[in-house]
Amino acid sequence: MKFAVKVLSVVLLSLLLAACAPETRDVPPESAPEAQPDRPSEPVDIDRVDPQDYADSRNLDNPDSLLSQRELYFEFDRSDVKPEYLPIIRAHANYLKANPSARVLLEGHADERGSREYNLGLGERRGNSVLDLMRAEGVSSSQVEVVSYGEERPVCRQSSETCWERNRRVEIVYTAR
Amino acid sequence: MYLKEKLCLLLFTTASLLFVGTAQAQLQIEIVDGVEGALPIAVVPFVFDDPASQPETPMHEVIAADLRRSGLFDPLAVEDMIDRPGSPSEVKFGTWRLLKVDYVAMGRWIPDADGVSGEVQYHLVAVHSGRTLFSRAIPTGIGEFRLRSHQVADAIYQELTGTPGAFASRIAYVKVSQPSTEQEQFELIVADSDGYGPQTIVRHSQPILSPSWAPDARRLAYVSFATGRSNVIIQDIFTGQREIVSSSPGINGAPAFSPDGRMLAMSLSRTGSSEIWVRDLSSGRMEQLTSHWSINTEPAWSRDGRHIYFTSDRAGRPQIYRVQRDGRNVERVTFEGQYNSDVSVDPYQGLLAMVHGGEADYRIAIMDRESDRLRVLSPGRMDESPSFAPNGTMVLYATREGERGILSAVSADGRFRQRLVLTDGDVREPAWSPLMR
Repeated sequence: MKFAVKVLSVVLLSLLLAACAPETRDVPPESAPEAQPDRPSEPVDIDRVDPQDYADSRNLDNPDSLLSQRELYFEFDRSDVKPEYLPIIRAHANYLKANPSARVLLEGHADERGSREYNLGLGERRGNSVLDLMRAEGVSSSQVEVVSYGEERPVCRQSSETCWERNRRVEIVYTAR
Repeated sequence: MYLKEKLCLLLFTTASLLFVGTAQAQLQIEIVDGVEGALPIAVVPFVFDDPASQPETPMHEVIAADLRRSGLFDPLAVEDMIDRPGSPSEVKFGTWRLLKVDYVAMGRWIPDADGVSGEVQYHLVAVHSGRTLFSRAIPTGIGEFRLRSHQVADAIYQELTGTPGAFASRIAYVKVSQPSTEQEQFELIVADSDGYGPQTIVRHSQPILSPSWAPDARRLAYVSFATGRSNVIIQDIFTGQREIVSSSPGINGAPAFSPDGRMLAMSLSRTGSSEIWVRDLSSGRMEQLTSHWSINTEPAWSRDGRHIYFTSDRAGRPQIYRVQRDGRNVERVTFEGQYNSDVSVDPYQGLLAMVHGGEADYRIAIMDRESDRLRVLSPGRMDESPSFAPNGTMVLYATREGERGILSAVSADGRFRQRLVLTDGDVREPAWSPLMR
């Protein structure tokens, strides 16, 4: 009985509240992010894989291959890619060219210093630096998308340089391999 | 229309209790640095002839707490009051002089025949001169006592300081629970300016940031990553009605309502770099105000709506710039310090508050456009998101204590500070609303 009353009042209230709503467009239901978890699908038989074969998807999970490296770090308030990361970007560019159905998200991140919206811009600029290098290697724009999370998704939460340098990063996330 | 709004407000309160169900922890506001020479005042318990209609928190308690929190008043404890006048004619001035009270505020609720609607009559007297400073009445029904108490406190504040009060306002903030875990949750919360009655208006596992109030104090624009990408959303805090106003490729961020509420400035990177755009909210027409390869973000309208301040790193590091509403005449505003960003414009006097820093620390600084000098207000290392009170007397901002985010408020002259702390979770991104009517 009590339950029925509660259900009835919820229904009534919903109707009444709907009447309060101004006439604006509805937001589609919130969905989970499209990015799939970037986890190994099956164990890699390393003996049979050439770690420098950047067309082979098994190398994405092979710790001996550059393709398994998917995090690039940046200096404070800078968005230029350090030279040491160029071979990694080239490896992923080769993979994307060899696998036209593969798709990546370049997730740009910043450390906590400074304002959040500026850091959103900084994260995007870092992502764009990586995107530009991939394009220069001949990767199709349709395979790569940049998303900036600014300082909202830190991997480390202490206020110290050792922590900040891990947060200033671009993560290469494969949404399709 | 007015009746409909009131009904909807009542419904919202009832509905949110039914739908959300979970009690939200309230911000505790503590005074950190007090001000010398606070005015001694007595706020006498308001008279309710029918004790059953007395609100849960008596009006005088809400009023006295507001005045004390401002740092400018020292309200007398009720147990030290010798008598309890309900109107100026009942005030025995000698008694209050002995208690060293300079002002006495008092009032009474006069219900209509229906016992639901009615009015609050309230008065302020000066003890030394024996003069009545004001006697006013405000329509007040059951369920409105808390808002009316804040408005009475605003009237007292204005009469005695010459500046409008800002107690009848709200604050919005983002709370993060269980950060860096699978259960991480972001909530956009709205509470009264004294922290009372927190309501979660949106909750998600993806980041929420940059809440910004419309001048009607009932709509909030904010950035949501609910789809995995940034979107700008406008939400009515009473009905919960939401509208996506920007979801173009790249960043959709930093929403700011124009002073007349008709336009929304944003930072969008649809052209490749983040630029300042203005959307006409009725027609949907978009205008691009900046065009520069640098980061251009955090727009804030001048009080007259003719200029927009924003952050740009076009000269290398982030600094504050200003552009005309028509996109012409970009000029640099800040020159002091390596890093200046995220301006908030004082709606009362037009001062600018901003994040000011170098590599070591980020603090809240205030700038007077007359002198163009910056004055640092906050003592933290990681202070951000300044937001002016609607009367310009205080700046609310986010700071850190260890790994936890808390809110702080500092008076615009830097002499007085408050901490706003939640018992659980991390709070950030405060936004102080305009006055409620």
